[in-house]
Amino acid sequence: MSVKYSNEHEWIRVEGDVGTVGISAYAQEQLGDVVFVDVPQTGRKIAKGESVAVVESVKAASDIYSPASGEVIEANGELANTPGDVNADPMGKGWFFKVKLSNPGDLDGLMDQAAYDAFVKSLS
Amino acid sequence: MRYLPLTDADRREMLAVVGAKSVDELFRDVPQSARLGAKVAGLPDHLGELEVERAFLDLAAKNVSPSQAPFFIGAGAYRHHVPASVDYMIQRGEFLTSYTPYQPEITQGTLQYLFEFQTQVTLLTGMEVANASMYDGSTGAAEAVLMANRVTRRHKALISGGLHPQYRRIIETTAKWEGYSAVVGKTDVEGLEDLIASIDKETSCVVVQNPSFFGHVRDFGKLADACHEAGALLIVVVTEVVSLGLLKPPGEMGADIVVCEGQSIGNGLGFGGPYVGLFATKEKYMRQMPGRLVGETVDADGKRGFVLTLSTREQHIRREKATSNICTNAGLCALAFTVHLTLLGEAGLKRLAELNHAKASELADRIETVPGVKLVNQSFFNEFTVRLPKPAAPVVEALAAKRILAGVPVSRLLPEDPSVENLLLLAATETATEAGMAPLIAGLKEVL
Amino acid sequence: MAPSQDRSQGRTGGIVSGGEVAPATVTGNRALQIEEPLIFELGQPGRTGVDLPEPPKVKDRLNGLRRSGEIGLPGLSEPQVVQHYTRLSQKNYAIDMGVYPLGSCTMKHNPRLNEKVARFAGIGDLHPLQPVSTVQGALELIDRLAHWLKTLTGMPAVAMSPAAGAHGEMCGMMAIAAALEAKGERAQRRTVLAPESAHGTNPATAAALGFTVKPIPANERGRVDLAALKAALGPDVAAIMLTNPNTCGLFESEIIEISKAVHAAGAYFYCDGANFNAIVGRVRPGDLGVDCMHINLHKTFSTPHGGGGPGAGPVVLSAALAPYAPYPWIVKNGDAWTVAEDGAKVDGQPLGRLKAFHGQMGMFTRALSYIMSHGADGLKQAAEDAVLSANYVMASLKDVMTPAFEGPCMHEALFDDSFLKDTGVSTLDFAKAMIDEGYHPMTMYFPLVVHGAMLIEPTESQAKEDLDLFITALRALAEKAKSGTAAEEFKAAPRYAPRRRLDETLAARKPVLRWRPSNSFKQAAE
Repeated sequence: MSVKYSNEHEWIRVEGDVGTVGISAYAQEQLGDVVFVDVPQTGRKIAKGESVAVVESVKAASDIYSPASGEVIEANGELANTPGDVNADPMGKGWFFKVKLSNPGDLDGLMDQAAYDAFVKSLS
Repeated sequence: MRYLPLTDADRREMLAVVGAKSVDELFRDVPQSARLGAKVAGLPDHLGELEVERAFLDLAAKNVSPSQAPFFIGAGAYRHHVPASVDYMIQRGEFLTSYTPYQPEITQGTLQYLFEFQTQVTLLTGMEVANASMYDGSTGAAEAVLMANRVTRRHKALISGGLHPQYRRIIETTAKWEGYSAVVGKTDVEGLEDLIASIDKETSCVVVQNPSFFGHVRDFGKLADACHEAGALLIVVVTEVVSLGLLKPPGEMGADIVVCEGQSIGNGLGFGGPYVGLFATKEKYMRQMPGRLVGETVDADGKRGFVLTLSTREQHIRREKATSNICTNAGLCALAFTVHLTLLGEAGLKRLAELNHAKASELADRIETVPGVKLVNQSFFNEFTVRLPKPAAPVVEALAAKRILAGVPVSRLLPEDPSVENLLLLAATETATEAGMAPLIAGLKEVL
Repeated sequence: MAPSQDRSQGRTGGIVSGGEVAPATVTGNRALQIEEPLIFELGQPGRTGVDLPEPPKVKDRLNGLRRSGEIGLPGLSEPQVVQHYTRLSQKNYAIDMGVYPLGSCTMKHNPRLNEKVARFAGIGDLHPLQPVSTVQGALELIDRLAHWLKTLTGMPAVAMSPAAGAHGEMCGMMAIAAALEAKGERAQRRTVLAPESAHGTNPATAAALGFTVKPIPANERGRVDLAALKAALGPDVAAIMLTNPNTCGLFESEIIEISKAVHAAGAYFYCDGANFNAIVGRVRPGDLGVDCMHINLHKTFSTPHGGGGPGAGPVVLSAALAPYAPYPWIVKNGDAWTVAEDGAKVDGQPLGRLKAFHGQMGMFTRALSYIMSHGADGLKQAAEDAVLSANYVMASLKDVMTPAFEGPCMHEALFDDSFLKDTGVSTLDFAKAMIDEGYHPMTMYFPLVVHGAMLIEPTESQAKEDLDLFITALRALAEKAKSGTAAEEFKAAPRYAPRRRLDETLAARKPVLRWRPSNSFKQAAE
């Protein structure tokens, strides 16, 4: 169950045909204290690359692009109470939503951990 | 020149530090063809204070001030008495000449009064949360429709025929250029309009006004239910905010967004502006609100303080994706509003509202003594509609020539609707007097 | 009182706990600085600040909708109200106190003559819907201001009704949309070009009207890259939105080539007039090929900022856009003035209406008073002094701070945060330290194209001695920051302001936007 990353700093962890999506540790650090996350509604059909969520910090608001197409089957309701989870545990408790994949091929263009780490290094 | 502190000696010294021979060098990027060389032609030179004052006094003398004539004009702006302290407070330099509180450590004055203002607006309207003001009620109404479109993801607004015609036109203009549709109900002179049947699954919001443009007071509870069943929002507009001292507030009727023109409290008539828009909604829609928001927090020493918050919705951060392009609020007009309302307090506002209703009731009774004049309204707050036996516009002109400011002919605001030609809108606030009403009645009898 | 926990972990938005604590006072006050409660905490039932007569008893004609129950408004007497707002006022910095160097805001002196004339009976107390025969002087006033604005800008028409700069932008861009529609090109031209340095209102306005915003890059001189612009122009472009001088404080030297290229491509040129103070009286935007430009009366023409408003944003229009100006139009009919309102026949096709009544008359009066006081000669001098003052500040600081671009600036000086590299002090920290020195900070982090931007606009209203003291303070702060040993000190600033740094993260995570009887603050802090 390895994690893959997009070049917009979203990650997706796939189990079977369901992917859990969040933002990377690098992304949350760039944003600063997260104050609000606007997660997509359950049942919504989303496309790879579509802007499906918004994460707000005190200073910025960033669109979150889905790394894969499918249907949103669950959104992280806890973030409404503890948006700081995105900062404290971006790969775990700070997850945004789960999507039932409609096209596993979407994952092909994404980076694995090593490739993503190198990508982040190249940005500084 | 009295406003320019730099002397020629200063300028020489500064140019030397800058390393330029003349100030013209600093304008070297201006294309040759656009360089004027001299000052702009065709305009006079500077004037001293005395001359400027005289010029404005001359202009003022060409106008009839409401303080010099019997006065009964409303239609979205109302003449009320503002206590003397209000103007002195807003004229304090720390308020008058301060800026948007982007550095909260040194603008707690502004932030705290805006927090108090926001609270007052929620209490008046019966809603859960309010912003730090909009430009005015009319633009606030248009922003409310845009907000409803965002919240419901629908694009069709249903507009009451009882909404102030200029407010309706602004919504229509915004709809046309921003790409949504506004369906307008028939002009609702009698105050009997029923919009429920017109709501469907594509309706984003229904916009009503209370009291209506024609003065009718209505309960929108059933309309609110119908809206919610269809997944639409109810927007209630209040153009005379003093009415909230006496009438059931829109929040108790089920409104989702309330927009008020706050001019009546703290702000004079000012020939139409600047005014102050009040904007309130339910907590669940908080993040979709346009405009500025002030929130409570603590500082590094643990002391309570206030800051602008949720600003990531706004244009300077979200840019294309902002909730609105708005940058300013009504600032000083909001301060005037809150100072006046604080002076009034609960008892004062209620009494002021009662006085208004009493004056309007008195005028309504007396107006029906004029032969041929019929009162249209069964209900009103401080403004009502009468039907004259002939077109109202020339009647108002004739009375103006006698220095009587006898209300607004409805045709001025609804020129395309022949059925309103004989209708006259009359307002009576706590400033109306016997000395004003008698000439109005006599004048109407004469002219009709 | 225990200092609150440092929740920031070094990130922005959090707060740093205070350093040493001065001896406490019983009241919590510190001499002239009073800890001021909210009106809801001060009020008492039975108190009032007004004396109104007993209303006569009348039969209710309220359709049974009389309000029941308490509204919840506090009662205060007049002395208490005056004391409350006076004490609040003492927590505010203002132009009346000194240098207010906010770039792109033009914080110039607000003359009190303007306030006086705005309050004259017969001007400040008129109802907008009085018969026009009773307000001829008011209409003449608006026309006089309109004449000044048109002549100063070299444009044939002006729409007076927008209530603020952003509202004016909306008006100008709607006029462009209307012109395109009249030519049948609205559907085809859906792109608007704007520099990355543009103020956020520009793309927000364009997007609201359904345009897609494409950024135009700047060249190394901080100006629009003309070649890139020409490449981006095409039959799909509706307009370009430019600020001139631009948000970096620089005059777009190729502006005539820009406007020619834009017009040749069939597009319109919107100019954001926020920086008009640099050129007013010396350069006319009409001569630069501008199609419409909003003017911030509260910037260039001194109407007071009032804590964030009200403003006014009249829009001057070219002959191509003039027909589309929104209602109302103030029109002369022979000797008399009249107001052409919705539906009236005018020499054009108005795009609609943007605001109730006629516009921000209170700001028109103040702006006209300012303009008449300055005259053509004074306005030109003001622009020159503004530009000279900004260059003086730039020249006096460029050896210790880092200007973002080479060469002279216009009315504002832009620095980046290179000089703070590796000091542990950010632009934000630097700004907070300025507060302790008695200055409102300059504009920070705008424009976005410059890292850690610091935009200083002194305006023409400061005496040289005041500028010199300001410069001395900034030099000292810059040197201190660069010493590399003062980061802690900067991060603890401000120390002397009515409040230390405030926890904006808490305010955004647990928004408390109103007072509640249950004192929700305590619950929010959990």
